[in-house]
Amino acid sequence: MDAPHLDRKERLSAAKLHASTYVIAAVMLVLAVGLWRLQVLGATGYRVLAEANRVRKVPVLAPRGKIFDREGRIIVDNYPSVSCYLLREQGKNLDSDLPMIAAGLHIPVEQIEATLKRFAYAPKYQPLPLKPDITQDEQAFIEAHRNELPELETLDEQRRLYPREGFAAHLIGYVGEVSENDLKTEKYAVYNPGDVVGKSGVEASYDSILRGTDGSRNVVVNSHGKEVGQLGQELAKPGQDIHLTIDLDIQKAAELALEGKTGAIVAMDPHTGEILAMASRPTFDPNQFLHLSRAYWNSIVTDTDHPLMNKTIQAQLAPGSTFKIVMSLAGLQENVAQTMQVNCSGGADFYGHYFKCDKRHGAVDIHRAIPMSCDTFYYTLANKLGIDTMARYATSVGFAQRTGVDLPDEAVGTMPSTLWKLKTQHDKWYAGETISVGIGQGAIQATPLQLARALGGIASGGVLRRPHVVMDEGIQPDQRETFDTIHGMYPGSGEKTVALTTENWQTITDAMAETTISGTAGQAHLEGIDFAGKTGTAQVMSHDALARSGGGHKTVPNAWFVGMAPRRNPDIVVTVLWENGDWGSNSAKLGAQIVNAFVAKQRRVAGNLKVAEAPKVVAPPAVKPVAAAASVPSGQ
Amino acid sequence: MFRSRFRDFDWVLLGFVLVLTLISVLEIRSATEMTKFHGFHTKQMMFLGVGLVVMFLVSTVDYHRLLDIAPWAYGVSLLSLLAVLAVGKKVLGAKRWINLGGGVHFQPSEWVKLVLILVMARFLWGRAGEGKDLSWLDVGKAFALVCLPLALVLKQPDLGTSLTYLPVLVVGLFLGGMRLKQASVVLLGLLLLGGIGFAAGKRLKPYQQKRIDAFLNPDSDPKGSGYQIRQSLIAVGSGGVWGKGMSQGTQTQGDFLPIPYTDFIFAAFCEEHGFVGAMVVLLLYFLILVRLVQNAQTAADPPGTLIVMGVAAVMLFQIAINIGMCVGLMPVTGIPLPLMSYGGSSVIYTFLALGIVMNIRMRRFVN
Repeated sequence: MDAPHLDRKERLSAAKLHASTYVIAAVMLVLAVGLWRLQVLGATGYRVLAEANRVRKVPVLAPRGKIFDREGRIIVDNYPSVSCYLLREQGKNLDSDLPMIAAGLHIPVEQIEATLKRFAYAPKYQPLPLKPDITQDEQAFIEAHRNELPELETLDEQRRLYPREGFAAHLIGYVGEVSENDLKTEKYAVYNPGDVVGKSGVEASYDSILRGTDGSRNVVVNSHGKEVGQLGQELAKPGQDIHLTIDLDIQKAAELALEGKTGAIVAMDPHTGEILAMASRPTFDPNQFLHLSRAYWNSIVTDTDHPLMNKTIQAQLAPGSTFKIVMSLAGLQENVAQTMQVNCSGGADFYGHYFKCDKRHGAVDIHRAIPMSCDTFYYTLANKLGIDTMARYATSVGFAQRTGVDLPDEAVGTMPSTLWKLKTQHDKWYAGETISVGIGQGAIQATPLQLARALGGIASGGVLRRPHVVMDEGIQPDQRETFDTIHGMYPGSGEKTVALTTENWQTITDAMAETTISGTAGQAHLEGIDFAGKTGTAQVMSHDALARSGGGHKTVPNAWFVGMAPRRNPDIVVTVLWENGDWGSNSAKLGAQIVNAFVAKQRRVAGNLKVAEAPKVVAPPAVKPVAAAASVPSGQ
Repeated sequence: MFRSRFRDFDWVLLGFVLVLTLISVLEIRSATEMTKFHGFHTKQMMFLGVGLVVMFLVSTVDYHRLLDIAPWAYGVSLLSLLAVLAVGKKVLGAKRWINLGGGVHFQPSEWVKLVLILVMARFLWGRAGEGKDLSWLDVGKAFALVCLPLALVLKQPDLGTSLTYLPVLVVGLFLGGMRLKQASVVLLGLLLLGGIGFAAGKRLKPYQQKRIDAFLNPDSDPKGSGYQIRQSLIAVGSGGVWGKGMSQGTQTQGDFLPIPYTDFIFAAFCEEHGFVGAMVVLLLYFLILVRLVQNAQTAADPPGTLIVMGVAAVMLFQIAINIGMCVGLMPVTGIPLPLMSYGGSSVIYTFLALGIVMNIRMRRFVN
């Protein structure tokens, strides 16, 4: 490019240059208007947005109430714990950090990747749980790598510390994060996603008292969600402690008695309905549920002995001969059994079928029938009473109804009757079916707690209490309403009194005492303790099915025992269910351990066990039977 | 001789410029003090110091000498842009930098701007003037002159910087005497071309398309592409009339506002100093630009005028795009705000340009 010949005088258009000033002014004006629009007209709105950007409400988790036994000994405690969360900050590629994070927190990279994948569609500001309950070493790792790994965040929490080895696990239950499905139900409407709630046992039924109220802090965060300051806070209201009716000493005896067995033991104070011990086997470790591994969960759900089932209130099984006490109540109150004499030749014919007894008992009346557990006597009695009379008495002492214990998912049980058969099977009842029900076999099903309450109630002169596991005492006045609401959520047959004459009461209780002396539970005799009870050996399948199955552990009968001390107005009643335990007498020995532990403690503490020697002098019932309970006629 | 020359130095313009750079340094300090970029304000002051020295040095060399070497410089520019494409340093997905060693990186596309201004003035010298019209051939040549480096920068890809070359062409053609008919034809042609390109959807890279989408609807993806615009609007808007105060901007200090010391420095400033502060800055820009136009008017010859007007046009364009972006009137393009954004290349370019303006002013009576 050569420089052209230039005329130095030449000028560019002055008008155009002048005009450019206006262009500049116009551009400035447009920008100024834009600023006016945002900063003057829109300021209020944008200020709200700016605050929403930087201020975040962070929950302060309320520690759950602790759980004590009736004497104030701690059963469930809390411990401070630190959890690690992952923040997915804007724009940062986490992939390259994963191996380092995995190594520092001692978790596999795949697990972090799985978490990231699972929460891929969750909002970016939501922190992802990486590892709960991290160790001090892992905390130190996070602190030391604040700069390289700003995406790691810790949160202080209070975690549940449950007794080891599944001690009282079914009674206490466990906590877990509320599930998506639960949130949709009315019961869980008050909870938010991510809340930790009681999932079973007392943790579930008393959740509203135990949980407290979470607080919150208004924290200032930067664009990565990192906390840089705090504006204000609302303190968390800790959950209330509760005291169980459980006596740890009795509970320990029950847990020991069940060691290595499948079954359940429940002990109750029939005066009050307070449950003193509640154990079920196999059990589970609630501590494992805090960070549940797939392997542990699989081992639990595939176990055919149902470790998660609280068998004291959820196992519905044929009660076997323990039902004979209810039969005796019916027979005596109907004035049939007093005079009944049966000659047992090892069985009897009814309606063309031969019904076996396990022995040749010879001449048997009600006083021998109970301790000897003579089937022939009760076949005959059942035949005389008929199924509907039996059902009337059985339901009067709580069969086929929930007891109303303050625990979730109590089973109902079954008491067959003509109406029941019509309703469930649309068929008429055959008189022949009544015979087996007389010895607690056939369609009849009961839970261990139902049996404890029924037999304990009969021994108490017909007074039945509502079983419960949480003490009224110790509930704060402001929680009283919640407490009553909880009780209202577990309706059952409730407190009631059934008709029982003094003579009949004596007959039954004396016969039950004889059981542990010369009867079926003679091996379980406790010297110096007025110990009474009734054994039961319940077939788990019919004789035909048994013959076909060819034996095996699962075909062995269930061993039952319901025991009490003293025989009249007992201070403790205990039901032992030993699944496939073969003979009721085996369970009686376990029941004796519990009663012995109870009596030994009573004597140790105050020497206040009301009975020491077997009373030969008949005392009137401490609680006078009410003339008639709703469903039971006086029978006089 | 030397003293008399500097008596004609535009001290008023320099005063406005220094006030603005002071504001800029304070805002860079505020925006970076809580971040790992803390200390950028001192680096910026260093750049400004170098810039001032460069400005004085450039003002001493007669701008006609610069016009003489402009064609050579143009050639070197094209080569350096090619070099960037070949051996440049890749930052954030684009090759824009050449590593000069010793930790110094150089962004050629910035100073190419200045070369373009010079070469355009040189090209129009003699062709332009009162009563002269540009021939179609001249218009075509002017287009080629600008579009060659523009295409190379676009290839880096750096849409923002390449766009800053356009005002050089526009102001050149406007002052050079392009006829209305020519302008209309060119404009129509460009519109048609752009329309075809847009319809084909191949003109824009995905990130550019995202920016356009985000501009048209910032709330469509609050954590994605619209994030920057949204945070900028919140920053500016929440500043209100008086601002939140120095170092008190929650958007700026909380790292919500992206790169608050470079591209979004004006948003950071608006948040902390409000509408009033923003008006002061706009006024300073207005005064600087008007002062530039005055210098253009008093230039001794057409190339002088064209150079100053080129500098002013580029500056106005960058202000409009950058501030327009901060207040949501323009899409995100990554064009720095002259005299305010942090960055050595940008500072050096601006002061080089101002040095030439001073140069032209000092020689306005030379004949």
